[in-house]
Amino acid sequence: MIEISNVSKTYETGNKALRNVNITIKDGEFVFIVGKSGSGKSTLLKILLKETEPTYGRVVVNDMNLQRMPRRYVPKYRRRLGFVFQDFRLLKDRTVFENVAFAQRVVGTPARKIRESVPAMLQLVGLSSKYKFYPSQLSGGEQQRVAIARALINRPEVLLADEPTGNLDSQNAGEIMKLLEEINEKGTTVIVVTHSREIVERMKKRVITMEKGMVVSDVKESGDTHD
Amino acid sequence: MISTFLYCLKQGVINICRNILFSLASVATISACIFLFCLFFSLIANIQNMTYSAETKVGITIFFNEDLSEEEILAIGEEISRQPNIREMKYISADQAWESFQKEYFGDMEDLAAGFADDNPLAGSASYEIFLNDISKQGDMVTYLNGVTGVRRVVYSNTVVAGFSSLNRIVGGLSALIIGILLAVAIFLISNTIHVAAAFRKQENQIMRLIGATNFMIRAPFVVEGLILGLLGAAIPLAGMYALYIRAAQYFSDNFAFLAGDSSGVFEILPVETVFPSMAAVSLALGGGIGFFVSFFTIRKHLKV
Repeated sequence: MIEISNVSKTYETGNKALRNVNITIKDGEFVFIVGKSGSGKSTLLKILLKETEPTYGRVVVNDMNLQRMPRRYVPKYRRRLGFVFQDFRLLKDRTVFENVAFAQRVVGTPARKIRESVPAMLQLVGLSSKYKFYPSQLSGGEQQRVAIARALINRPEVLLADEPTGNLDSQNAGEIMKLLEEINEKGTTVIVVTHSREIVERMKKRVITMEKGMVVSDVKESGDTHD
Repeated sequence: MISTFLYCLKQGVINICRNILFSLASVATISACIFLFCLFFSLIANIQNMTYSAETKVGITIFFNEDLSEEEILAIGEEISRQPNIREMKYISADQAWESFQKEYFGDMEDLAAGFADDNPLAGSASYEIFLNDISKQGDMVTYLNGVTGVRRVVYSNTVVAGFSSLNRIVGGLSALIIGILLAVAIFLISNTIHVAAAFRKQENQIMRLIGATNFMIRAPFVVEGLILGLLGAAIPLAGMYALYIRAAQYFSDNFAFLAGDSSGVFEILPVETVFPSMAAVSLALGGGIGFFVSFFTIRKHLKV
């Protein structure tokens, strides 16, 4: 469970990115966070990734209070999260297999286990046949699938996606969202930051809308307002 | 563990290949630095060996006034032996001196010396041979001995002492200066190489951080890179130095054999087997150490949890 309680964030420049934000996300939920540029969505993700600290408030992820977390524990905490970027951030000089394996190599996973888990993950995202391809040989949608495979390979409890369809056409965007939905159905909590109303309306999931650093609406899949 | 090590090693080698010009410049500078270090190391090792030989083999001989009795000479010797810099003192009586002279000059032809049977021509040549703890202080000792009442003559080799003492100082100072300058250049170049490598891998490092890689894993490829550069920079001049030393030692023994074979045996060049192991160990530690620590501290600036 993710509990964000009374969180505010003011940057050193004086910019108030978040103002008294309260959000609770249960295990296995699929949540969209929407809002215009500068609404505080990315700051919220950064706080969840522990890239930045809130000025006020409390953030608890799976019973771990992020404010009290020692720095040395941060890498271990991040292994429990998966992160997908808008621009994929794949390593251009490595194949699809190596890009996915990279996430396991850097956390010290044994080579034998990497050889087993990467093909399985590539099968899940539908890229088994392209494991030898380099990112430049793939379409945008395929590149984002590789990024998702990389984010999931360490079996995170929460997947954070920052505008995952921002660089994709509508067909590829739809396929990526379908893939994220499948991942969510397997038990992973998925949080997607987007400004695409079209996707949000099509998916019919919980939607948290932010504006000027505040949560202005929190609507359940059913259309009811979230508690 | 093994796969992590191999991964870091591979990434370190990739870093080197990516910035091959910077890497070569770093290796060349470290090589120059370590080559000079080896050169001075060999020189100093040999000078120290010669100094040690001089200290053990070259002594001061003092002769006494001829009118002194053996008891008086021994009493003076007793007084001199209280000097702290004296390691060893050998008394050679007039009779021993004559015996030694006979053996050296007449050998088996004892009849040639028979004419002096009851008349020691070296009577009054009783002497002390003095060996010092620190040969560089021979000047002070000679001054002291010249001032001792009853001492007629002080015989010593001034050139050996002055030569070793000043040569040791000059070579030591010069080597420290040059190695210091080259060390600073090497540190700057390795640091620059690591900065460039870190810039190349900026995105990769960001991804690693977000995936949950520890600082150790992010830092390791750069430290491996620095270590390889340092060790390469040490290994190349060591190989060159090994060959050069053998040739130089050969040249010295061919052309300056008269020095090596002098009676004192002071001017002997140490064999390569004696000098090389310690020189190689220090050079590799120096090269590897520079590479390791410079890369370790340089990459710290690029780490942010």
